[in-house]
Amino acid sequence: MTLNTNLKNILLVIFATIILSACSTAKKSADIEGDVYTGKETVEYLASGVPDRVFFATNKSSLTSASRATLRKQANYLRKNKNLNVTIEGHADERGTREFNLALGERRANAAKDYLMTYGISGKRISVISYGKEKPVNPKSSPIAWSQNRRSVTVKVN
Amino acid sequence: MKINFIAFFFIFFFLNKSYALIEVDITRGNLDPLPIAVSPLHVDIKSENFKDLKIKELGENISKIIEKNFKSTGLFNPLKKDAFVQKPDIAHLKPRFEDWRLIKAQALVTGKLLIKNEKLKVEFRLWDLTAAQEMTALAFTTTPSNWRRVAHIISDKIYERLTGEEGYFDTRIIYVSESGPKEQRIKKLAIMDQDGANTKYLTLGNELVLTPRFNPTNQMVTYMSYFRNMPRVYLLDIETGTQEVVGNFPGMTFAPRFSPDGKKIIMSFAKDGNSDIYTMDLETRVVERITDHSSIDTSPSFSPDGKFVAFNSDRSGLQQIYVMRSDGSNVKRITFGKGIYGTPVWSPRGDLIAFTKMHKGKFFIGVMRIDGSGERLLTENYYQEAPSWSPNGRVLVFYRETKAGNKGAGFSAKLWSIDITGYNERKLPTKTDASDPSWSSLLSK
Repeated sequence: MTLNTNLKNILLVIFATIILSACSTAKKSADIEGDVYTGKETVEYLASGVPDRVFFATNKSSLTSASRATLRKQANYLRKNKNLNVTIEGHADERGTREFNLALGERRANAAKDYLMTYGISGKRISVISYGKEKPVNPKSSPIAWSQNRRSVTVKVN
Repeated sequence: MKINFIAFFFIFFFLNKSYALIEVDITRGNLDPLPIAVSPLHVDIKSENFKDLKIKELGENISKIIEKNFKSTGLFNPLKKDAFVQKPDIAHLKPRFEDWRLIKAQALVTGKLLIKNEKLKVEFRLWDLTAAQEMTALAFTTTPSNWRRVAHIISDKIYERLTGEEGYFDTRIIYVSESGPKEQRIKKLAIMDQDGANTKYLTLGNELVLTPRFNPTNQMVTYMSYFRNMPRVYLLDIETGTQEVVGNFPGMTFAPRFSPDGKKIIMSFAKDGNSDIYTMDLETRVVERITDHSSIDTSPSFSPDGKFVAFNSDRSGLQQIYVMRSDGSNVKRITFGKGIYGTPVWSPRGDLIAFTKMHKGKFFIGVMRIDGSGERLLTENYYQEAPSWSPNGRVLVFYRETKAGNKGAGFSAKLWSIDITGYNERKLPTKTDASDPSWSSLLSK
């Protein structure tokens, strides 16, 4: 009885280890964490060290801690360049219906805008536009491409 | 685009329907299509020339369009003309029924035409070969340049007589014509006859355009455009080309459709990350807010009586389909199946809602009853969405995209149709890649 329970526990631990390690290798190799792109490919820069975009999980508009760090850098940059206005473009991947994706893109762009505003950037300096799934940055049909396309991009207007 | 029918449907006579022996059941997939012989229409030798129309071939060409229409339904099997046993003019007077039965035809279409004083006079008859009698006959006059529509109208009348339901051949499809690489797609509004003929482009491709939809009289189109980088719902008069923004919204408007009476446009308006559904009365310009929820509410579609609206919302967490009264009250979720649901479109018959379903990485086009019960998935693919109904509620047109490789290699978008029986899936012959189809109502009603 005790032996049996012990054996079970050991087996469970072994299983858990296998599953966890499988997960972590998958994440590392693909530049995706959870469902969110974490790589540098496709990223452009507003200025040195200030990435122009943040990435989202499927159907989500919540900001990851990495996204928030990027947006804080953007806020900092916008504070230093007081005459600069930006447009935030919201995008979705191709795995959703067109109309819903337009709404989702708008929600993502606003999530980024709201965060910039909490760091003191006036909403008047930020306009928002959603392109839904109409302007993929990576045209491939693959999980990596989709994760690169689920994004909001801050673009200088002037 | 003007509908130039001078004299409409001068009906000869209809025989009592109860005598007819042949009928076509369209409520299920038809594995045994009705063999039908479509004789070339006899061209009267007194016919005069009209512009560059090839008059001698006109009777043959009209019959070919009718055959193509019939074949596309999957319900009819048009027989090869080389087996035909009588000359068109003689058959039109009175066919030798027993001879036509020998080539296994069950129905026969005959007709004749005359062009005189710049008018095209056409008559046709549908014969029941088994019962050896005429089933229907019709004569009408129109401008000769409308000859393709003549073929479609004849097809509609025969379809109606044999199935007991309205046809859908004298119709058009408006869609978005696509070209160029996937990252920089050029999109134009395009319109074509239901069979792919007469393609015309309504915009130049300078700005992104999406989701065109006809009004009930097919003269106006509402669509979304990124003109001047301001994504807004527009109204386009097809005949005059006049365009205007719908309403004065301080943000993106999208997903427009007309109300069944054509007086209002229902659409989504997105502001501060939240999309809600609004209507605008086109005459009074009064804007009404229909939904007020922090979720995404979009893809609204009226019921044909105008009393209800089906729409798409993620208020439960993921995209589902909801139905509400058209004033926004009484919101009820109707989809509870596995997966997520989008693009609800109410059938013109009122009994069904077509939708897109996403489940386990696949996309389905399906139909369900208006309370969400009786879900039937008609087609499964890598990516497809945006169904639009044929005016008789029997066929759906939608668009389908292929999987793209590196740099978008192998990507294409095409229009497809499928019967709500789940049978008869077909690719539509568009000149370019295509998406966002919207089917018109019958042009001559």
